[in-house]
Amino acid sequence: MSAVAKVRTAPARRRSIARRKATDLVIKVLSWIGATCGIAVMAFIVGEVVVRGAGALNVAFFTQPTPQDVTSNAGGFANAIVGTLAITGVAALIAIPMGFLGGVYLAEFGRNGRIATAVRMIANVVMGVPSIIVGVFAFAIIVKPLQHYSGFAGSVALAFIMLPLIARTTEDILNLVPNEIRESGLAMGAPRWKVTLGVICKAARGGLITGATLAIVRVAGETAPLLFTALSSPYWMTGLFGPGGFFGGPVANLTKTIYDFSGSPYPHWQELAWGGALVIIIAVLGMNILVRLLFQRGKEW
Amino acid sequence: MSTVELEAPHNPGVPRGAAQAAARGHRLRLGDPIFRVVATACGLALAVAMFGLAGVLIYNSWPAISGLGTSVLTTVAWSPVNHQYGALAALAGTFLSTLVAMVIAVPLALVIALLLVELVHPAVARVVGTAIEMLAAIPSIIFGMVGIFVIVPFIQDKLVPWLLTTPLGGLPGIKPGPQFQGGGVSIFTGGVVLAFMVLPYITAVSRDVLKMVPQVTKEAGYGMGSTTWEVMHKISLRYANSGIVGAVFIGLGRALGETMAVAFLIGSLFTALPRSIFDPGTSIASLIALTFSEATDKIQVSALVELGLILFLITVVFQIIAQIWLRRVQRSTGGRA
Amino acid sequence: MKKSARSRRLMPPVAAVLATAAVALAAAGCGGGAADAGAPAVPGGPSLTPVPMTAGTILGAGASFPAPLYMKWGSDYKGVAGAKLNYQSIGSGGGISAIEAKTVDFGASDAPLEQTDLEANGLVQFPMVVGGVVLVVNLNGVADGQLKLTPDLVAGIYMGTVTTWNDPAIAKLNPGVKLPSTKINVVHRSDGSGTTWIFTHYLTDAAGSIWTAGADKEIAWPVGVGGKGNEGVAASVQQLSGSIGYVEYAFAKQTGMTTAQLQNKDGQWVKPSIASFNAAAANADWKGSLPSMYMVLVNQAGAETWPITGASFILVQKDQADAGRAKAMLDFFDWCYAKGADGAAALDYVPIPANVYKLVEKQVWPTITVSGTPVWP
Repeated sequence: MSAVAKVRTAPARRRSIARRKATDLVIKVLSWIGATCGIAVMAFIVGEVVVRGAGALNVAFFTQPTPQDVTSNAGGFANAIVGTLAITGVAALIAIPMGFLGGVYLAEFGRNGRIATAVRMIANVVMGVPSIIVGVFAFAIIVKPLQHYSGFAGSVALAFIMLPLIARTTEDILNLVPNEIRESGLAMGAPRWKVTLGVICKAARGGLITGATLAIVRVAGETAPLLFTALSSPYWMTGLFGPGGFFGGPVANLTKTIYDFSGSPYPHWQELAWGGALVIIIAVLGMNILVRLLFQRGKEW
Repeated sequence: MSTVELEAPHNPGVPRGAAQAAARGHRLRLGDPIFRVVATACGLALAVAMFGLAGVLIYNSWPAISGLGTSVLTTVAWSPVNHQYGALAALAGTFLSTLVAMVIAVPLALVIALLLVELVHPAVARVVGTAIEMLAAIPSIIFGMVGIFVIVPFIQDKLVPWLLTTPLGGLPGIKPGPQFQGGGVSIFTGGVVLAFMVLPYITAVSRDVLKMVPQVTKEAGYGMGSTTWEVMHKISLRYANSGIVGAVFIGLGRALGETMAVAFLIGSLFTALPRSIFDPGTSIASLIALTFSEATDKIQVSALVELGLILFLITVVFQIIAQIWLRRVQRSTGGRA
Repeated sequence: MKKSARSRRLMPPVAAVLATAAVALAAAGCGGGAADAGAPAVPGGPSLTPVPMTAGTILGAGASFPAPLYMKWGSDYKGVAGAKLNYQSIGSGGGISAIEAKTVDFGASDAPLEQTDLEANGLVQFPMVVGGVVLVVNLNGVADGQLKLTPDLVAGIYMGTVTTWNDPAIAKLNPGVKLPSTKINVVHRSDGSGTTWIFTHYLTDAAGSIWTAGADKEIAWPVGVGGKGNEGVAASVQQLSGSIGYVEYAFAKQTGMTTAQLQNKDGQWVKPSIASFNAAAANADWKGSLPSMYMVLVNQAGAETWPITGASFILVQKDQADAGRAKAMLDFFDWCYAKGADGAAALDYVPIPANVYKLVEKQVWPTITVSGTPVWP
């Protein structure tokens, strides 16, 4: 371009420069407008939830179960919140140990071998499976044979989603740990498993906890896997088994209840749904900020 | 016991391992192999899970696959009451809504990413960037809610009536088709909400990829007298091409499988192809979500699972393509995309 | 004891998760009142331990048409007897599906099954409540009960032949009503719906020359967008200006939506109300409908009758596995029949009259058995 410019006359060069500068300015302005619009819409979405949901968060919201009577204004979201905690908690119990060890396998043992590469690709693929399909899968293997809905089936569906997430984040974090640490541990004569669990994981603790927490928070917001597994309930869980229990019957949960209430025409229920949405946003964003603050070395994804 | 291992007697000439193995006896010989086996088993569990999922899907959709054959892919209408099990309307809706989402999201994402990398103060870029990453974590049901209560009335009452008065309103694909119902719940609304769901992902990955463009190359461009835009599109974007395409594929994969936001907003019309983006339609994921719990007929359940299988295969193909692209980026830039 | 490094590493998150789960389950146990640990998990499965008669949860799913009433009854019944009703409004199709799969204690459907279907699936059916389906519209400046529509017009709108609000046929019937020139946005059900069943039977019966799309829980709608459940249709009409939909009356009344008048079989203009639903229900010959109790109440004769009235039914497995649970469920229905009239009136449903209840109790319930022994009384 400079070669061509040298051949041009001075006015032509000035015009060409002016044109390029004008284009640059136009693009910059458009970019600013576009970016501001995009960010503004996203901020608007969060703001909308905050504004509409703030009014719903009172004591009753956090202590009373979800309403059944459309003629009254009573009711809260308490059993749904507890239900989500239980379902997500059990899902984490299933997925975290398995996912962690799977990640250890990928990082420490399999590494670049053929099996490990295949497992890695499969994990990535499973992460992309739509959550409704996971819900159908959990329905087919748990709800249908046992002939009842259960919070446990919901946990299994959520665990399925969490498993590859945790495995991959574990692998990524463990890969960041310098080889020197591994070597010095092994050189001391410690067995492989002690080096991995005691030394490397301790070094990577921040990242691992971040990864696990973010995975838990992510599946806590899922609705589709719970549609045919945990269903919903207007009551508190009554223990573990039996038709009101965690393993025996439908369990109230935040996301399905929000889905039901926001699709209903009753203003009181809609308001409760906004409150539930606000609770989710606070939990999700809050946990994100928390783990970043506490474990700044943690990998973000 | 642990302290004994780490402070084993220091006998020069005798390999450490042997001395310690002898000292520890049987315990060492089991610890490591057990650990290895258990870890490998957990790693393989991932593969087992996926093949299990695929297997269950295939097994449960087999009656439909063998009974209906290719008619599922060639019939338009999903109307079990008329014994029609066509996925075409749902497939069309899935692709159209995803297309609308990409058309809105990709340029916005690129513009925001470029802005963050080139045009704003690094501190601002860091804050905004973190905010965008956190927005990626917001569950889809929330987008669905804001969609119904805010975006639907806006599109129905303000946007579509205005659009139809402009020349744009006569373009094919925008001009209302026979199924038009005001445009409030339509492919377009679904696509708009999908766009803002995938926007954070694409922005975050694009930003990371653009950050990896070597500073030297950009400075060389500036040194030659290029404007910011010229550096951006002749150098940065070309360099980050593959990475951005990979990011788009990731966003695409998410948009294809999205259920909850779309189910509320797309209109639930199962029986006709949309002629315009403002016509109502349906997507595979929302069709399954809305009709699965009431499917009584064996063939209907099986056909629904077959739809799930089709969606599964589509997302798998996109994931694999995305993987291959991203691996290419990794090799060419030497880092992690 | 050697504290393994593994447990040290896993302790924080696992402990946190365990603690959360434990707290959640404990809170659930404390908040739930009477524990129900002995009850079997599966309605159709083996009983583990005997269950107290009125404790426990009754799980029902199905029609959204009666859902507001069933949920209110469940809420009132809990106050009286302690047993809990968990009713999931998933549409009549979903209710039939669930009771056939035995994943619920009872299914609810406004589209009654024929005797052959009942026998094939081992089910019994009985009516629980009668209600009315109304047309709701979202039009600025039109008051509740102001708009008048004939069956032919409604059929035309849902067939897609009448497309704008200021169509001459509508305008002629409604002088003085501000009708915009905009398109009529049609909302119908996206799921398998008993309300659709009632509505389409009405259109076939009252406007059969225009309505050619059939009458069933699900049909191939010529035009319109779909909403999930009565709730979804009502919500959609609320959100979409210039739209029309059909919902059970409680959904319109409880949300203050604008309803339309209809011309009934006798040519009279009627507004929806308990009286008009009652007038339609009075014509029903329940005795003659035994044993299936299949009943269609649309387009009944009478000056006051509401033309789109229908009954909503309960479906129960004939062969029950657990006597305690079955009895608890029938106790609940008994209470609804005997004491539920006030709740029904509050929501503008018509309760089933006492003589019909006697029929149900004497003719239908004795066939519900556990290993051959009738559960009721």
